[in-house]
Formats: sequence, structure tokens, C-alpha cells
Amino acid sequence: MSEFKQTFNSSLGKKLIMALTGLFLCTFLIVHLGGNLLLFKHDQGFAFNSYANFLTHFPPIEVIAYILYISIIVHAVYALVLTLKNRSARPVGYAVQPKSDASWSSKNMGLLGSILLLFIVIHMSDFWFSYKYDNVLKFKEYRTDLATNVTTVGEYVPQVADFERSISTENNVEIVRVKDIHARVQESFSKLWYVAFYVIAIAAVAFHLLHGFQSAFRTLGWVHRKYQPIVYFFGTWFFGVIIPIGFALMPIYYFYLSLNK
Amino acid sequence: MSTGNMNLTLKVWRQKNSQTAGKFVTYKAEGISEDMSFLEMLDVVNESLTKKNDEPIYFDHDCREGICGSCSLYINGHPHGPKKAITTCQLHMRTFSDGETITIEPWRSAAFPVIKDLGTDRSAFDRIQQAGGFISVNTGGAQDANAILIPKVVADEAFNSATCIGCGACVAACKNASAMLFVSAKITQLGLLPQGQPERYSRVQAMVAQMDEEGFGNCTNTGACEAECPKEITLTNIARMNNDFFSAKLFREEHAHDHTGGE
Ligand code: HEM
Ligand code: SF4
Ligand code: FES
Repeated sequence: MSEFKQTFNSSLGKKLIMALTGLFLCTFLIVHLGGNLLLFKHDQGFAFNSYANFLTHFPPIEVIAYILYISIIVHAVYALVLTLKNRSARPVGYAVQPKSDASWSSKNMGLLGSILLLFIVIHMSDFWFSYKYDNVLKFKEYRTDLATNVTTVGEYVPQVADFERSISTENNVEIVRVKDIHARVQESFSKLWYVAFYVIAIAAVAFHLLHGFQSAFRTLGWVHRKYQPIVYFFGTWFFGVIIPIGFALMPIYYFYLSLNK
Repeated sequence: MSTGNMNLTLKVWRQKNSQTAGKFVTYKAEGISEDMSFLEMLDVVNESLTKKNDEPIYFDHDCREGICGSCSLYINGHPHGPKKAITTCQLHMRTFSDGETITIEPWRSAAFPVIKDLGTDRSAFDRIQQAGGFISVNTGGAQDANAILIPKVVADEAFNSATCIGCGACVAACKNASAMLFVSAKITQLGLLPQGQPERYSRVQAMVAQMDEEGFGNCTNTGACEAECPKEITLTNIARMNNDFFSAKLFREEHAHDHTGGE
């Protein structure tokens, strides 16, 4: 076996892969939340639809997106492999469940991760897949008068079958025609059960990262008396509280909007 | 031995040998003094079993003062019982109340097979130690101790790790049956000191490889080991081991098989 293969097949090597993919997913969460804050803009989805269009048509982002998909798969596969190994390391269990001090999250990473995997599959098929491959989404046309900066919005029916987007300027009016993923957001989050599912999944993210973020630093061997409190603070307040609240507000806000329609 | 007035019900794992299936058997422990250690309480029970011509309960023990690492026992959901930072031989019966039912199980780990009743085969730890838990020195006149200066914080950290008695409670407590607290304590104890430096990067590879071979699970940093360790070995050691291991694998020349102890 080559030395690299040996390294990554060892217990610590597999954990290294879990930690690196996990932390990469954490950085993705920040970017994903940042971009999606555009959902809170009152512009009939102009900024959000333009952003979605940019993400799917900018080659560097597409490369990173594929790294992201691979990370999710590798993280989940290694989680399964390690969990099975850990199970077989204790073939006969205890009659009295262990009462040792250990946080609830740390003992339920597999369960929380499974909820996340289910969520990622549903979330991606509802938004990513229907954006890229399904032809169910309609188009919107945003006309911005460059003199007054006023934007008006209307439906747009493509003239050609494989139309994707267009940006043009006519008579000092910028015309942007893009897929209306914003309408899909509005429609999805008008259903209470769907909103509830999102909130539960986001709670699972919070608990997964409450343990996972600081655990990844331990796995990498980056523990130091001086920096550990910062890692804990960041893992608890940023990844365990602020990011999940930011994400949860989106379905809740759109559900609230749908009630007042 | 003073007799006392505690009466307890014990649910004890009995297993003839590693080949047969075991089961829980209930015993009465009567007239127990609260000043007895947990092992002395089991001695009393065994005495009455022997008088009745029954097979006494097998359990590991040696020093009975918390330094050898022989005693084990998973008591009511805790390795070495419910009190922090002590071994089972240091656990007093006053921790329990009269009339209580106490469940006693062996360490549960594929790498620690049950030999008999509550005794397990912990030679996996010995093999990990033999793979790398040593330094190679030529024997002869010892150097003057003051010739090698070591910062006190480093010496303290190495000494704290050296207090690990190899009992295996960390494995027993861990939901993954991981041995990483033990292995990291041994790696830290040697790797932090100047005498352990030359073999630091071959040692960590050799010991981790042996640990994997023995079939222990993988740490997920839950911290149950640290909470149950009778010597309060800290989780920081595991991070240190990871760091040394990745440094060794990714940036160093040494191999695991360079660690032979001069053979
Ligand atoms: C795809 C579904 C997922 C599954 C099945 C899953 C499962 C797991 C499991 C079993 C662990 C090991 C527990 C541990 O080492 O403490 C883990 C760790 C981790 N996960 Fe996930 N997870 C998933 C998704 C995610 C996501 C979306 C993120 C980030 C946004 C993430 C971040 C982490 C981090 C940072 C760790 C800590 C790694 C370490 O301890 O070294 N996971 N995951
Ligand atoms: S680390 Fe603690 S629990 Fe584990 S073997 Fe050493 S002394 Fe026992
Ligand atoms: S018998 Fe030696 S530590 Fe308990």
C-alpha cells in the first residue's frame, strides 16, 4: 500500500477526512447564508434571481460547487464507515447505558448527520435540481430604467426552448431575463409542513456543529490553551446560534409573507 | 474485618470463559461496612460463595491502592464506579446507599475480550506499548539529571500524562470503544521530553498502527474518557497525538518501522 493510502486508511486519516470535509462544509454555510440574505430584499426576487443565475453560470463557482458535492458525499460515506467500525469495536453492549459526561450532540452526530443528509437530498432536488435540469421554473423579466433606477417586473416567456438568461440594454433600460427561483422559494415556504421540516433540519445543523466545529479542530490537532476558547466561542455562538437563526428566519419569514397575501 | 449494616443486591456478569455466553446473576451482599472498598465488598461475597461451594466471582485486582491499573469493573454505568478520579479499588461502599441494586459489568470492547466473569484480556494495551511506548537508550552510567533542562510546564504536562495506569476505563467509557486517550497519554509522556524526541515521529506511527490493528474504535471527541479516567488524563493529549501523527505522515521522513528500540 502506498504511504498516502496507508495514512488515509488509518483511523486518524479517516478522521482527518471527516474534519476537513466538515470544515469545508462549514465555510460553505457562511457563504450560503450570506448570499441567501438577498431573500430579505423587497424587490420581487430581482437580486436573489440574479444571484442564483450568477452562481450557476460563473465557472469558478461551478468548480467549487462540484468540490462541495464531493465533500458532502465523502463526509457522509466516511461517517458511515467510521460509525460501522465503532459499532464493531463494541460487539457486546452494556446493560446499563453509559452515564459519562458527554454532550448530547457529541453522542448523536450520526443521527444528526442522517437528518442533514435527508435534508440535503430534498433541498437539492427542490431547488438545485429544478433550477438546473427541470423545465418547470418560469422566467421573470426585470426592467430597470437606468436614469431613475426604478425596476419593474413582469413575466417572460422564452422564444427558444433552451433559453437560460439574457441581459441587454435598450434605450437606457436594462433588461434582465432570468429563471424565477424566487417564485419557488415563495411557493415552498407557504406550506407549513415544509417550513417545519426546514426548521428541524436547521436545528440539526446547529447541534451537529455545536459539537462538530470544535471537534474538527481537535481531530486536526489544533488545540491550544490560547486559541481553544476562540474556537469554542465561534463554534457555539456563530455556528450553533447565529447561522442557524439566520437560515431559520428565511422559511419563517416567507411563511409569514404568504399568510398576508 | 469490621462488619457493617449495609445490605445490597448485586447484578453481576458471570461468564465461564471467552467461548461461552455469559449472563447476569443476582447476589445479596449482606453485612457490608461502608468503610469497605468495592473490592473488599466483592471479597465478602466471594467468601460466602466459596463456603457454599459456588464458583467465586472473578475480577482483576492487584495493588488495591490505585496505582497498578489492574482493577476494572463497569459499575452502574460508570467505569470504576460513579466517583470521579478514582479506581474501583479506591471506591468506598459509603458511595452507595443501603438496599441499593448495583449492576457490575466487565469492560466491553472487541479488543478486550472477557476471560472470565468481570476480567478482560487487556493485552492489546501491552502490544501497543511494545510497538512504541519506550525510548531507546544505551545503558551505562546515568547522566546528571540537571544536564538536560526542561521547562516546568512541559515537565508537568509530561508527568500528568505519565500517571496513566493503563486500566482501560477510557475504552470502557467511550461510545466508540476508542483507545485514543490511553495511546495519546503514552505518546505525550515520551514525546514532550527531550529523551523521547529522537523517536517521536516513528513512535506515534507505530503506536497508532498497532492501536488500529487491535480493533479499537475511532475517537469522536465526546470527552467521556476524560470524564471517567481515574487519573484525569485530558483530551488535549488526543489532539497532540493527532498533530504528531499528521506531521509524521505528511511532513517527516521517519517510518513506523524505524521504531524498533535498536533491534
Ligand atoms: C451529509 C450528511 C452528514 C452526515 C451523515 C454527517 C455525519 C457526521 C458524523 C457521523 C460525524 C462524526 C462525529 C465526530 O467526529 O464528532 C461528523 C462530524 C462532523 N460534521 Fe458532519 N455529517 C453530515 C453533514 C455535515 C454538514 C452539512 C456539515 C457542515 C455544515 C458537517 C460538519 C461536520 C463537522 C465540522 C464534523 C466534525 C469532524 C471532526 O470531529 O473531526 N457535517 N459528521
Ligand atoms: S487514560 Fe486514564 S482511563 Fe485510559 S488507561 Fe490511562 S488511566 Fe486508564
Ligand atoms: S487494584 Fe491496582 S489500581 Fe486498583
